[in-house]
Amino acid sequence: MHPPHDPPFEHLLRELAPQVLGAVIRRFRDFSAAEDAVQEAFIAAAAQWPRDGVPDNPRGWLIQVASRRMTDHLRSEAARRRRESAVAVDEITPDIDASTAAEQDDTLTLLFMCCHPSLSSSSAIALTLRAVGGLTTAEIAHAFMVPESTMAQRISRAKQTVKSSGIRFSVSTAAEQVERLRAVLHILYLMFNEGYTTTAGLALQRSDLSSEAIRLTRLLHRLTPDSGEVAGLLALMLLTDARRTARTGPNGELIPLNQQDRALWDQHNIAEGVALVTGALSKGSIGAYQLQAAIAAVHDEAPRAEDTDWPQILALYGLLQRMADNPMVTLNRAIAFAMVQGPAAGLELLDALEKDGRLAGHYRLDAVRAHLLELAGDFPNAIASYQKAAGGTASLPERNYLINQAARLREK
Amino acid sequence: MKYILMMTGADSKCEPIHTWPQKDIKAHIQFMMTLNRELSGSGELVSAEGLAGPDQARLVRAGKDGAPITDGVFPEAKEFLAGYWIVDVDSPERAYRIAAKASAAPGPNGVPMNMGIEVRQIMSGPPPEFL
Repeated sequence: MHPPHDPPFEHLLRELAPQVLGAVIRRFRDFSAAEDAVQEAFIAAAAQWPRDGVPDNPRGWLIQVASRRMTDHLRSEAARRRRESAVAVDEITPDIDASTAAEQDDTLTLLFMCCHPSLSSSSAIALTLRAVGGLTTAEIAHAFMVPESTMAQRISRAKQTVKSSGIRFSVSTAAEQVERLRAVLHILYLMFNEGYTTTAGLALQRSDLSSEAIRLTRLLHRLTPDSGEVAGLLALMLLTDARRTARTGPNGELIPLNQQDRALWDQHNIAEGVALVTGALSKGSIGAYQLQAAIAAVHDEAPRAEDTDWPQILALYGLLQRMADNPMVTLNRAIAFAMVQGPAAGLELLDALEKDGRLAGHYRLDAVRAHLLELAGDFPNAIASYQKAAGGTASLPERNYLINQAARLREK
Repeated sequence: MKYILMMTGADSKCEPIHTWPQKDIKAHIQFMMTLNRELSGSGELVSAEGLAGPDQARLVRAGKDGAPITDGVFPEAKEFLAGYWIVDVDSPERAYRIAAKASAAPGPNGVPMNMGIEVRQIMSGPPPEFL
């Protein structure tokens, strides 16, 4: 689909995408075919609306067109299978005045389906972008830097998995809902991170996965305003994304937090993120996303790197570590510990982590060790650790950053 | 995560493909086409290319004026890149499985060649921000 190049118009279509799809699935109970029908309705809208104007009820229009496509599809399927189901299909007439509550449920249920644990994370991200985000296959392929035909196959297989695993399009029980919401948050979190790792310096707004993850998490937050985890994830994304322009130099080189030009940080995003995480924590909702957001907020609120409230960050990492025994959290806590207690204390924690084994050989352990050795003034070992870390990372900007760190110390 | 799977010619013990019986050449090509179709169908194929033979290879350097200086043919080269796949997969293990499958492409008399496939991760953009 090639949406019209009119941004407000495009915005409207993207906003309507999950509502229209939800309504069509609710009626026809076939996720895969409904998804195709809705894409076709959007192509029709993109062709007709600029010429004839936007209909009075654009949502109803899209549901009606998609439903007609579904009816055609089911008829031809029925004919092919020589069954008589076409008669039943005729009786289905689209109800274009579904209530707002049903719409919201539909969008949430769609997210549950697209982020189902039976899908691999890359499939779930792609399916979510198309079915809920309203992006075209070409745009998603571009974001992942794979051919469009490859992405089309990935989405098609994901839809088949959803279909064959018999995931119901209905509101699940409260306990199920909590679990499924957690899966959705995880996928949105991965989508946000993917936005950093796939763009090789060429930031394209339209298919920017991080911005899309923020948009979808914002939508989820509107649907589940009482969830502290959702508010926490949205805050974490906003507080991290606020630093985006300061994070890389003109040639895509990484600039670490303590050397970033803080005047470039997006104060609007920071204010919104801080308000969200403060709200969630003050309601007593303490989860991993809220805590990570709180840590990001402490960084973002420091006017200069040397003003950073490291004791508070250390305390927050302590809480985070108690919630989940994750060696990456321990690694980050070691940095905070070094900033409060001195590099020798941090290095001791790293030795313990090395013995623990789960991070053994991971380049992040070497990168952090290099940093702490440098702080301790042990340049020869810091150089060796920077070089070891550079050999282990799969990120090109990070590799360049690490070899430059080693070179800088060699020339001291 | 993306990986490049590099197939190096002249590493396997068997004779070069142009000396094989026709039915074996056909079976080999068929196998490669099927593999590519499978990778495309699973939504993992980024690209797959075969390279022209090493007899056509030239080693190029810039001369003093920046103009290309080409150097001869290297028939004595023991290893050369014959072709490659770039795949986008969920794990390194999956990339290894694909490589193993390609490695077992049929050679003369349909016997699996078990050629060496070098698997290398393709570098990505900046990592997620570590706080």
